[in-house]
Amino acid sequence: MKPAIDIDLDEIMERYPGRPESLIFLMQDVQAAFSYISPEALTLVCDYTGVPMSQAYAVATFYQSFSLEPRGEHEIKVCLGTACHLKGSQRIVDELSRRLGVDAGQTTEDLKYTLETVNCLGACALAPVVVADEDYLANVTAKKLNKLLKELSQDIEERP
Amino acid sequence: MSKASTAPQLEGQRLNSVADLELLRQNRQEQQDPNRAEVIVCHGTGCLANGSPKVAQALKQAVAAAGLEAAVKPLIKITGCHGFCSRGPLVVIRPQGIFYQRVQPGDAEEIVEQTLKQGQTVERLLYHDPQSDELLATVEDIPFYNLQQRVVLKNIGWVDPTDIRDTILRGGYLALAKALSGMTPEQVVAEVERSGLRGRGGAGFPTGRKWRSALKAIEKKGRPVYVVCNGDEGDPGAFMDRTIMEGDPHAVIEGMIIGAFALGAEQGYIYVRAEYPVAIRHLSLAMAQARELGLLGQNILGSGFNFDIQINRGAGAFVCGESTALFTSIEGRAGEPRPKYVRSVEEGLWGRPTVLNNVETWANVPQIVEKGGEWYAGIGVPHSTGTKVFSLVGKVNNVGLVEVPMGVPLAHIVEKIGGGVPGGKPFKAVQTGGPSGGCIPYALKDTPVDYDSLTKAGSMMGSGGMIVMDERDCVVDVAAYFLKFLEEESCGKCIPCRLGLSRMREMLESFGMGQGSEEDLQDLGSLAAAIADGALCALGGSAPNPVLTTVRYFKDEYLAHINEHRCPAGVCKELITYSIDAEACTGCMTCARACPQEAISGQKKKPHVIDEAKCIRCGICLESCKFGAVLVR
Repeated sequence: MKPAIDIDLDEIMERYPGRPESLIFLMQDVQAAFSYISPEALTLVCDYTGVPMSQAYAVATFYQSFSLEPRGEHEIKVCLGTACHLKGSQRIVDELSRRLGVDAGQTTEDLKYTLETVNCLGACALAPVVVADEDYLANVTAKKLNKLLKELSQDIEERP
Repeated sequence: MSKASTAPQLEGQRLNSVADLELLRQNRQEQQDPNRAEVIVCHGTGCLANGSPKVAQALKQAVAAAGLEAAVKPLIKITGCHGFCSRGPLVVIRPQGIFYQRVQPGDAEEIVEQTLKQGQTVERLLYHDPQSDELLATVEDIPFYNLQQRVVLKNIGWVDPTDIRDTILRGGYLALAKALSGMTPEQVVAEVERSGLRGRGGAGFPTGRKWRSALKAIEKKGRPVYVVCNGDEGDPGAFMDRTIMEGDPHAVIEGMIIGAFALGAEQGYIYVRAEYPVAIRHLSLAMAQARELGLLGQNILGSGFNFDIQINRGAGAFVCGESTALFTSIEGRAGEPRPKYVRSVEEGLWGRPTVLNNVETWANVPQIVEKGGEWYAGIGVPHSTGTKVFSLVGKVNNVGLVEVPMGVPLAHIVEKIGGGVPGGKPFKAVQTGGPSGGCIPYALKDTPVDYDSLTKAGSMMGSGGMIVMDERDCVVDVAAYFLKFLEEESCGKCIPCRLGLSRMREMLESFGMGQGSEEDLQDLGSLAAAIADGALCALGGSAPNPVLTTVRYFKDEYLAHINEHRCPAGVCKELITYSIDAEACTGCMTCARACPQEAISGQKKKPHVIDEAKCIRCGICLESCKFGAVLVR
């Protein structure tokens, strides 16, 4: 493990008491900091809280917001709430899945994109909704997806 | 949890008595100039996504540029969701209550010049009422608002949720002061009992009775007792709890403090869904400010009563909205429900007596204590008292949040407040109660919306999502959608839910492909009954509802799929074909370019044709055609 990451992890541990009930808090903070939970991080969290690895693994796989695999640079979330469903969100997922070559929940091989679905963001007035990283896209159509993917790929290219 | 740096300076004040709180309120009132203009920019999810922060920024700049800061001192205020989401971004100018809709940053200068300086309205930003064909200037004029009765939402759209003093000015913590200075815990419980308040999270259990049972459990088992707020609003299409937590966090916190006082609890928990970061931020900020003022923590308002709250962030599991699963999750484990041989009020969180109420329920408590249970019981109908907030979404003109007294007819909400279905046709059905509820057909549009009437119609109140469906929505598809949702969210602990839902979903999907038989439809009914009986928790227990109600009210539509291999709504992919109406097609080639399968051919300015063998029924041509020439059959 890289030393820099080690320091960050220790800092995260200090935020909560070393007790079993801190497990989810710690895993959330690790997930937020690294966008996934590495085996090393999970081991550290277990040692710190005194929770057996089997139980931490159960928690990591039970809750949707935890990922044990690295995530893509950009996360594209398609809302599958009822209002979005009625306005064709499944078509949006199918289209993105076809474009990116991955199923919902997966990350592209080049680690650029992760395609996710979410169960209602409560932005039903904008249905169907796609959230790219933090930005909400309202009344999404195939045309708007073209634009979105173009912008995201430019963003990747422009980085040093 | 980190506290936002934008917290207002509370002048290092700690309120040591009820009188101190009253003094603070009076001071704020005296400082307030009633004629001072307030420019309120809605920052609910819908408006945020539509760019309201940019609008607020532009308004600030325009005010500064016009040099108004010294003279009029208009205040740009950010509030929670105003509810009329389909018209966002919304700007309201008080004291007049002028309502501007779909405001863009470019409109800021005109608003400042015309409205703030000259006191006139900017006509093109006003709401046009399709029914009366008039431009309506103020919030109070607009039917969407004036047909509502706002009790729980009364502060939202008025107060800045990030400044506790704004809430106090509007009467926040008055109820707590009343409880602490003149009521016994017993009197508080009795007041809640008298109100008839029932749980707003789904099942509608009487809140007062729950508190009473907890008191009995405490007699037996002693303290500690915990109060918990369920903010794991997971039903798709429901966002009222989010709006309350974001827009009026102090109502929830005050309700919990009062509940804790009544039960003698010292620790509370708010479990908030992971997808609601703004709610978490506003609650944390509100709690920090309440602690600073001595409204939360040790020795609240100098009364000797101690109580504090911790926020637990969910991690993305729908089942954690179930009471026992929620407790397990707070305890740091995978949120699987437990069998309920012993009720949560006796053995809840950490095995201790626990009162768990939903966000909207807690937010009702302060007003019940302040104005009396009798006042509350006077709103609504006998067994469903008070108001209820609904999120009105789907195929309806006025998408947003509405609050009405219990017992108003369904049609009143959908047609009067919601403005009906786009295009003016009657709605086909309204889905209430989320994945645990059902579809109510147009024929039952006069059904009073209260707990018992909805249950009688085969649906349920649930948390208050109302999804309006029109003739282009297929009930088989919607039933399959909810089952798929629940199948994915099932924790897998009990067999009826884990396997039963999968089997039900498979059957529905086969109907969607034009397969299956009428016999299957009967089997589906008995499987549904077995799941409802055998499932461990309400997730599985109520899962068959969307299927059962759609079979009950729309059997013909199921039979059309099964017997005629036809989807009347034109939704089920396997049963529809796309074609182009040669008369309407202008040969613009837009669809041909958009088609990912290159299934559309035709020359420029000549009618196009879709090759059915290549078509994957993605619907992109339908979406791209501006002439309505793409037909679905």
